[in-house]
Amino acid sequence: MDVIRFTLNGQSVEERGIAPTTTLLNYLRHRGLTGTKEGCAEGDCGACTVALLEEAPDGTGRWRAVNSCLVLLPMLQGREVVTVEGIADGDRAHPAQTAMVQNLGSQCGYCTPGVVMSLFEATYRSDLDEAWKLDDQMCGNLCRCTGYRPIRDAAKAVAGTRPRDRFLERAAVRAGQGMKLAYAAGVQRYFNPVSVGELCELLDTHPEARIVSGGTDLCLEVTKKRRELPLLISVEGVPELRRMERRPEALVLGAAASLSDVEAFTRESCPPLHRMLRYFASRQIKNRGTLGGNVCNASPIGDTPPVLLALGASVTLRRSSGTRTVPLDAFFLDYRKTALQAGEFLESVTIPSIPAGARAAAYKVSRRRELDISAVAAGFFVVTDDAGRVTEARLAYGGMAAIPRRAAGAEAALRGQPWNEASVEKAVAALAKDFTPISDLRASAWYRATVAGNLLRGFHLETRDQHVPHLPQRPNATLHLQPSPGGQS
Amino acid sequence: MSQPTPLHHPALHESGRLHANGAALYVDDIPPPKGMLVGQVIPSPVARGRIVSIDAAEAAQVPGVYAVLFARDVPGHNQVGPSFPDEPLLAEGEVHCVGQIVGLVVAEDLAACRAAAAKVRVKYEELPALLTVEQADAAGSYIGTPHFMQRGDPDVALAIAALRFNGVVETPGQDHFYLETHCALAIPGEDGTFTVHSSTQHPSEVQAKVAEVLHMPRSRVVVLSPRMGGGFGGKETQGNHYAALAALGALKTRRAVKVWLDRDEDMTQTGKRHPFRMTYEAGFSSDGMITALKARLLANGGWAADLTIPILDRSLFHADNAYFLPHVRLEGRAVRTNLPSNTAFRGFGGPQGMVLIEEIFNRAAERLGLDPAELRRRNYYGDAPRNVTQYHQEVKDNRLARIHQELMASSNYVARRAAIEKFNERSPHVKRGIGMQPVKFGISFTMSMLNQAGALVLIYSDGSVQLNHGGTEMGQGLHTKMLVVAAHELGLPPERIRVMTTATDKVPNTSATAASSGADLNGQAVRNACAVLRDRLRPVAARLLGLSVEDAHRVVFLDGHASVPGGTERVPWEKVTERAYVEQVSLSATGYYRTPDIKYDRAQGRGKPFHYFAYGAAVVEVELNGLTGEHRMLRADILHDVGDSLTPTIDRGQVEGAFVQGVGWLTCEEVIFDAKGRVLTHGPSTYKIPAVGEAPEDFHVALLDRAPQDGVIHGSKAVGEPPFMLGIAVVTALRHAVGAFGQVGREVELALPASPEALLRAVERARSAVAHGKARAG
Repeated sequence: MDVIRFTLNGQSVEERGIAPTTTLLNYLRHRGLTGTKEGCAEGDCGACTVALLEEAPDGTGRWRAVNSCLVLLPMLQGREVVTVEGIADGDRAHPAQTAMVQNLGSQCGYCTPGVVMSLFEATYRSDLDEAWKLDDQMCGNLCRCTGYRPIRDAAKAVAGTRPRDRFLERAAVRAGQGMKLAYAAGVQRYFNPVSVGELCELLDTHPEARIVSGGTDLCLEVTKKRRELPLLISVEGVPELRRMERRPEALVLGAAASLSDVEAFTRESCPPLHRMLRYFASRQIKNRGTLGGNVCNASPIGDTPPVLLALGASVTLRRSSGTRTVPLDAFFLDYRKTALQAGEFLESVTIPSIPAGARAAAYKVSRRRELDISAVAAGFFVVTDDAGRVTEARLAYGGMAAIPRRAAGAEAALRGQPWNEASVEKAVAALAKDFTPISDLRASAWYRATVAGNLLRGFHLETRDQHVPHLPQRPNATLHLQPSPGGQS
Repeated sequence: MSQPTPLHHPALHESGRLHANGAALYVDDIPPPKGMLVGQVIPSPVARGRIVSIDAAEAAQVPGVYAVLFARDVPGHNQVGPSFPDEPLLAEGEVHCVGQIVGLVVAEDLAACRAAAAKVRVKYEELPALLTVEQADAAGSYIGTPHFMQRGDPDVALAIAALRFNGVVETPGQDHFYLETHCALAIPGEDGTFTVHSSTQHPSEVQAKVAEVLHMPRSRVVVLSPRMGGGFGGKETQGNHYAALAALGALKTRRAVKVWLDRDEDMTQTGKRHPFRMTYEAGFSSDGMITALKARLLANGGWAADLTIPILDRSLFHADNAYFLPHVRLEGRAVRTNLPSNTAFRGFGGPQGMVLIEEIFNRAAERLGLDPAELRRRNYYGDAPRNVTQYHQEVKDNRLARIHQELMASSNYVARRAAIEKFNERSPHVKRGIGMQPVKFGISFTMSMLNQAGALVLIYSDGSVQLNHGGTEMGQGLHTKMLVVAAHELGLPPERIRVMTTATDKVPNTSATAASSGADLNGQAVRNACAVLRDRLRPVAARLLGLSVEDAHRVVFLDGHASVPGGTERVPWEKVTERAYVEQVSLSATGYYRTPDIKYDRAQGRGKPFHYFAYGAAVVEVELNGLTGEHRMLRADILHDVGDSLTPTIDRGQVEGAFVQGVGWLTCEEVIFDAKGRVLTHGPSTYKIPAVGEAPEDFHVALLDRAPQDGVIHGSKAVGEPPFMLGIAVVTALRHAVGAFGQVGREVELALPASPEALLRAVERARSAVAHGKARAG
C-alpha cells in the first residue's frame, strides 16, 4: 500500500514514490501552493501554518492550526488539510482574511498566510472566552512588521464567531484520525498502525525503528540535520494511546494525546500540569506535540518532565509481551537516554491525584515568555502534616542537569521542617549541592542556579495562602506574586 | 461614496488582500522558469584564515550538479560592497568571517547542492581573529577615517560641572529577522541579457553589481524587486551578493538560477545592526542641565565596510537626540573585525547614539533624584541659542515641547508615576516602572547626492494608469502612499491606478529605499510626473468642456472627471485620455526630484545634513519580577509627528511596528557569537524577536495633529525609522523598576539587552547595595 492519500483544500490527493520525510511545507510549495511560506523550518515562526482536521475526543472534528514544516506527508494519511489558498468561498474571502485586511494586519505580508490560518482555527474554537487566550492562540506566529496590535484586533474580530460555513459543517461529522499506512519509497519506510496490536507487531519486527507521534521535535532532524530517518513507526493513529482518563486516584494520559488536548483536560484535574502547558511552546506545536513525545524525548529542557516528576508520575511501557510501570524518576537515565528498550513504547503517563492540602505548582523561565525553550523549569510538590511540618517534598527541575531530575538534597532539607521561609532558605542552600548547571546561550550557570532557588522561594510565597495557586494568564511572568493589600509583607 | 481625494485619509494596504489570500508573490514564489537550477553558497567555517587549496573535482561529479564556482570564475569585478572595494563576492586568498561566501554550487535541486557542497574540499590555514570592538580598537583595525564634532570647550565645562561622571555603554547587535529570507532569481535572455528578480531594497545597486561581476554594461541587466517579506535595512546591500551569485550561475550554466537562503544560512551569512561601544564623560548643573559631553563612539563594522561609515556618522548626528549640548566633543570610529559585515538596520546608527545620551540622562536623574522625564524636558532644544546641533545645523520646527506636554497629559504620567511608587512600597517581589522618551531624528540621506528619485507614469487611452517609481515595497506601505499621491494629482480613485513592480528598466539610477525617505523622495517624483501629464491633458479637457485654450489652466481633475470650479459640465477621465490619444498627445511622463539645500562637510563636522527633523515621544510602563528578572510591558503611550500624514493607517502601523522592534532590540533579542566567531543564534528557536505577548497589553498610539511640514510632500513627514527609537523608553522604565528594589537615589546598573538575566543581575546589585548600605561611586 505505497500510496499516501489525503484531502487538500477539498480535493483528493494521491502520492506515490515521494520520500516519507517530505514535509508538508515543501510538498505544498512544490505543488505551486506558494501561499504557505517557509520562515524557519523549525516550528518557531508560524509562517507555514495550515489547518488540519483533527478528531476530538467525541469523534467529531476540529480544525487545528499546525506548522506544515513539522508535518511529514505520511502523517496526513486519510486526513484533511486546508491552506491559505483553500479557505475563501470563491471570490468571498474567509472572515479571517477579511479581518487581517480591514485591520491592516499585514505589512510585508510574509507572515500573513500563517497568521490567517491561526485565525482560521480561532474562528471555529468555542473556548476562546478571555482576551489573553487570543495571545495564546496567536503566539506561534511571529510578525516583524506590525507590533501585533492589528493582529490582536483581527483575532478579537473573528475568534469564536463560528460562521455556518463548509468548515463548520465538515467538522461536525466524524473526522477520523488517519488511516493505516505501510509506506515505502526508496530505502525509507513509514508505518502508521491504527491499533495497539498492530503497533506491537510492527515494533517486534522492527525494533530498530524510530517511534514518532506528532513529530514536532523529530522533524527538526529532517529540516535541520538533514537526516534520512529510514524507518519510522507512528503512534498517532492508535486510538488507545490518545485516551485521557480521570480516575479517583490518578489521571491516566495516553502518550499520543496532543498537548492542546492535555491542556484542556487538565484545567480542573491537574492545575500544575495545565499551568505548565500555558507556557509550553505555541498553539501549533501543542496541536501536534504529545505528552508521550515530550517525555520520551528526555530533553534536559523538556517542559513537562519537571512537573510530572514533582507530581510523582509514572509511565506505563508496553511491548507485545506485556506492560511494565516505571516511576518517572527511574525513566530518565542519562542525557536523552531513557529506560525504554528496543521494541517497547510508552503507552501512558499516570499522575496520582493531588491530595487535598498538598501544595503543588509548576514554573518555567525563559528569555521570552512565549514559544521559547526554558532556561529553568521547575515542578514543586509539598505536603505538610497538621503541625505544619513537611512530610513529603518533591522538587524537580529542568535545565539544571543532563536530565530532568529531582533535587534530593533540597528535598531532604525540607522534610520534617516547618513550611516557612527559614526552611525554604535551607533548601535553597542545599540546591547548590544538588545541581551544577551549565552556561549556554540561553542562560548562564549563575542565572540558572539563582533562579532555581528563587522559584522555590516564589513557590513558598505563592502557596502561603492557597495550596494550589490559581492559574496565571499566559502573558504574565511565571510567578504570580501580587502585592499585599496592606503594607510590606 | 468616493471621497474627492484619498490624501490624508485612512486606507488599507495596497497588497493586503493578496497577502491574506496567499496570492502575493515574493521572489521565491515566482513559478520556476523551464530548466531552472538552484544555487547554494559554500560558506567559510573559520573567522579568519588563508585559503590553502580548493578541490571541487569530486563535488562536480555529483549527479545533478552543473557548476561549482569560485572567485576565479568571476569574469568581471569580484566586488559587491556598496562603498569600498573591500568586499569580494567570492573569497580571494583569505576569508574574514564565518559565513563569508567562498563558493557556489549550482545544481538541479537543493539536495544535490548539499551533497556536492559536502564534497568540496577547501583547506584553510586559520589565523587569529578579532571579534570585539575592544580587540580591534587595541589592534588599530579600523574602517575609514574618524569623524569629529565639536562645540565649545567640554574640558573646561566638565571641570566646573556640579555633577560629573563617566562610563561605558555597549549596545547590542540585532538580527533583522525579516520573515522572508534573501532570495534572487536570475534568468538569462537573448543577446547576453539578464533579468534578475531580487528581494532587495536597492534594485539599482543590484543591477550595478550584477553588471560589474558579469563584466557587462548595466543596460544588459534588468533588476526587478517585487514586494519583500520585510527589509528593515537588511536588504539595502546584503542582497547584492545573492543576486550576483544567481547571475553568475546563470551566465555559467545558461539556465535560470535561483539562490535562496534558508533561515540558518541567512542569519549566519548576513550582517546585522552594528554593536557599539561608547565611552563618555558628562557634566551637569545641579538643576539637571547638561553642560558638557565628551564621548567616543566605536562601531563594530564586521569584516567589510558596507555602510558602516554613514551608520557611524548617523550615530554621531543623534548623540544629542532631543537635547541641546552646550559643550561637546564627539569622536566616532569604526573598527574592522572578523564578524559578518554589519549593515543598515532601521535607525542606521541613530538608535546607538540615542542609547548613549539616554543612559547619561538616566544616570543623571538617578543621581540628582529628579524625575527622568522632567530632566529630559529641561534639556530639550529651544529658542536661540539653544537651537543648534553639535554639527551646527539649526533645529527648526521644533515640536518637542508640544509633544512632551500633550503626551505627559494624555498618558497621565505624573499620576501614574505616583501610583507606581505606592504599588512598589507594598510589593516586595514585583516592581513597576515608568519611562518617558523623546525622539528627534534627522531626515535625509547624509550622503547628500543620494537624495534624488524618479517616477514614470503611463496613462493608457482607456484611462487606466500604471505607476512606476524608484522605491521598493517591503511592507512599509510605500506603494499605498504613492498610489494616494498619484490618485490625488490625477483626481482618480486609487482603484484605477496600478503600482507596478519596481524595475530598473522603468526608473534608472535610483537610491535605496532607505533612510525613511521613500515617500518623501518618490512622492515628489510621482507628483511631478503626474503634474506634467495633468498639464498636457488640461487643453484636451478644456476642448471637451467647450472652453477656450486660454481657460485650460482652470481645468481640474477630481473624482474621475475633468471640470472647472463652479462649472456644471464634467467630462469623464477616460473620455479625456481617449481624446488625448486621438489628438496625438503623449500620455507618459517621467518625474524627478532632488532634495534642495542640504550639504555636510564631514572633515569639519559642520553643515546641514538634514532636510528636517521628525519628532515623537513614548511613555512606557513595565512590571518586573525580582525573582526571575522577567518583565512585561503593561502599557505604552506614543505621540508621534508624521506631519500631515499621507495615509494615517499606514503611518500608525509603522509607528507601532517600529516601537515593538525597538523594544525587542533592547530586551528579548540577543545576537550571540562563540569564541570562534560563529553565531549561535541562527534561528527563531535561539533568537527571540518579540512575539504577540511582548507587545504592550494597553497600547495607545496617536499621530500629532495639525502638524504640516514645510517643503515635504503634502506636508507629511518620514516615518519608517524614527519610532524605532521610541522603544528606548523601555530601558528607562526598567531602570525605574530595578531601582525600586534598592534604595531611593541609588544609581542603577543595567546591561543591554535587558534580558531576564541582565535584569536579575541588576536587581541583585540594587538589593545588595541596600543590604550593604553602599552605592557605586563613579
